[in-house]
Amino acid sequence: MSFFNFSLKNHLLRHLQVMLFSLGQLWRQPISSLMTIIVIGIALALPAGLYILLHNVDKVSGQWDDATQISLFIEKNTSSDRAYALNKELQKWPEIKETIYQSSSQSLEEFRQSSGLGALLDSLPSNPLPAVIIIHPAENNLREDAIGSLLARLESLPEVGLAQLDMEWLQRLRSLNKTAQRGITILGLLLSLSVLLIIGNTIRLAILNRESEIRVIKLVGGTDAFIRRPFLYTGFWYGLLGGMTAWMTILISMGLLNGPINELSKLYGSQFTLNWLAGSLFLTLPTIGLCLGILGAGLAVSRHLKAIEPQ
Amino acid sequence: MINFSEVYKRYPNNYEALSGLSFHLQEGEMAFLTGHSGAGKSTLLKLIALIERASHGQVIVNNQNLTRLPKRKIPYYRRQIGIVFQDHNLLQDRTVFDNVALPLIIAGEKHREIGRRVRAALDKVGLLGKERNLPIALSGGEQQRVGIARAVVNRPPILLADEPTGNLDPELSREIMQLFEQFKQVGTTVFIATHDMDLIQTLPYRQITLDSGRLAERGL
Ligand SMILES: Nc1ncnc2c1ncn2[C@@H]1O[C@H](COP(=O)(O)OP(=O)(O)OP(=O)(O)O)[C@@H](O)[C@H]1O
Ligand SMILES: [Mg+2]
Repeated sequence: MSFFNFSLKNHLLRHLQVMLFSLGQLWRQPISSLMTIIVIGIALALPAGLYILLHNVDKVSGQWDDATQISLFIEKNTSSDRAYALNKELQKWPEIKETIYQSSSQSLEEFRQSSGLGALLDSLPSNPLPAVIIIHPAENNLREDAIGSLLARLESLPEVGLAQLDMEWLQRLRSLNKTAQRGITILGLLLSLSVLLIIGNTIRLAILNRESEIRVIKLVGGTDAFIRRPFLYTGFWYGLLGGMTAWMTILISMGLLNGPINELSKLYGSQFTLNWLAGSLFLTLPTIGLCLGILGAGLAVSRHLKAIEPQ
Repeated sequence: MINFSEVYKRYPNNYEALSGLSFHLQEGEMAFLTGHSGAGKSTLLKLIALIERASHGQVIVNNQNLTRLPKRKIPYYRRQIGIVFQDHNLLQDRTVFDNVALPLIIAGEKHREIGRRVRAALDKVGLLGKERNLPIALSGGEQQRVGIARAVVNRPPILLADEPTGNLDPELSREIMQLFEQFKQVGTTVFIATHDMDLIQTLPYRQITLDSGRLAERGL
């Protein structure tokens, strides 16, 4: 047991040494290391930034989820009993989550309050406003085609004068958002691939630079794992530091965007503030970075180390 | 300790560098490998160090059959062999200490043990004062001695050298040979390829002579 502890400690200590050694190597060539790290940072920041924007659009449109509603204006000649019965009937439809019945006098009252035209309304001989049934579609029925067919069915009811879908633009925004999401996923994958290639190429150059050293190490009995290790850690550092750079890039960009966006949302009387996922990105970006780093380094090492044998 | 039987080595360009070579070296023996340039001396040492593999025949070193040794075991096999080169193969950006420590670091030796053994090896080759120097700041003879210190630092049972005195003047060459004799005296098997006939004629060790990849007749 104590032997195990000892050798484990020794092992970890050795890894730590190699890890710091690799960091030191980056530090010895600050300019070229920095450039590589910044390139990685930008490549990671770009899809992450777009993802943030999309996430915020999603959040905004989520606030208006209940706003997707259909207003049914009941024909004037329909009795209020009939209209009321229709309301009850509609509540049983599976496509419909809930309905709100608003009699013509309620409509009038609402209009009076919201318009401030009370005196004018009082002067009218009869109530010109129809009864209205406001329909909230069921959640799984919010897709554009489903909403469309629901709308058509409602419109064909004899009691209904007009069926009006509110917030059609919201539907459009949603489907636009979906397309954009897919685009960003593809962009993210492509840029991850480029990070992989950047790190792979950097490691390849590092391997070629130390070719003679690798030969000597192999000659005096260094295992492949021993030779691989510093390069994997170099990839680890590039990825980690690149991920942190990406995070900082986003931090700065969002700092610059925050003022104008707050102003904009104030103008629209909205509570909206830009949520840029600082916490989760702080973990995600460096983690993705270091995974890509180790993977890229691993690929480069497995491709190029075998060719270097003592002569 | 080192046993060749009917060994052939054909390089990828079809050149046959060794043809039907058989010889045996006892444990603790010291021997010289001689022959004209291109006779196959370096090739023979490379077979022992598993830098090259025999095309035919059997090489057995320290009870291990090299023809059957899998690739992943090569590093561990090489730790039993110290190798000294004519051009020393030192890492130019590491200090003398780090160069000599390399085999111990690779073997996962403990920190304190590394310091102790590196200093002992440097002491043996007379370079204790230069452990903080870079190889470039040393003379050719000193660099060669760093290479020897690195080869012996983990006390391998076998020591190979390929023209270790090739670049040195006679005085230094004699000193280096004396160093090798010291390792023989503590039981290491020492095998040295060399051109330096003047030097080795004065020494009482066996000569294995190659002629175009074959063992030359005794007394030739
Ligand atoms: N990698 C190789 N590919 C093809 N031929 C080779 C290779 N290495 C060596 N040879 C050939 O094998 C022969 C023996 O070479 P080797 O290096 O073993 O000779 P040597 O006895 O060490 O010579 P020297 O005294 O000049 O060092 C030479 O003719 C050489 O050209
Ligand atoms: Mg040679």
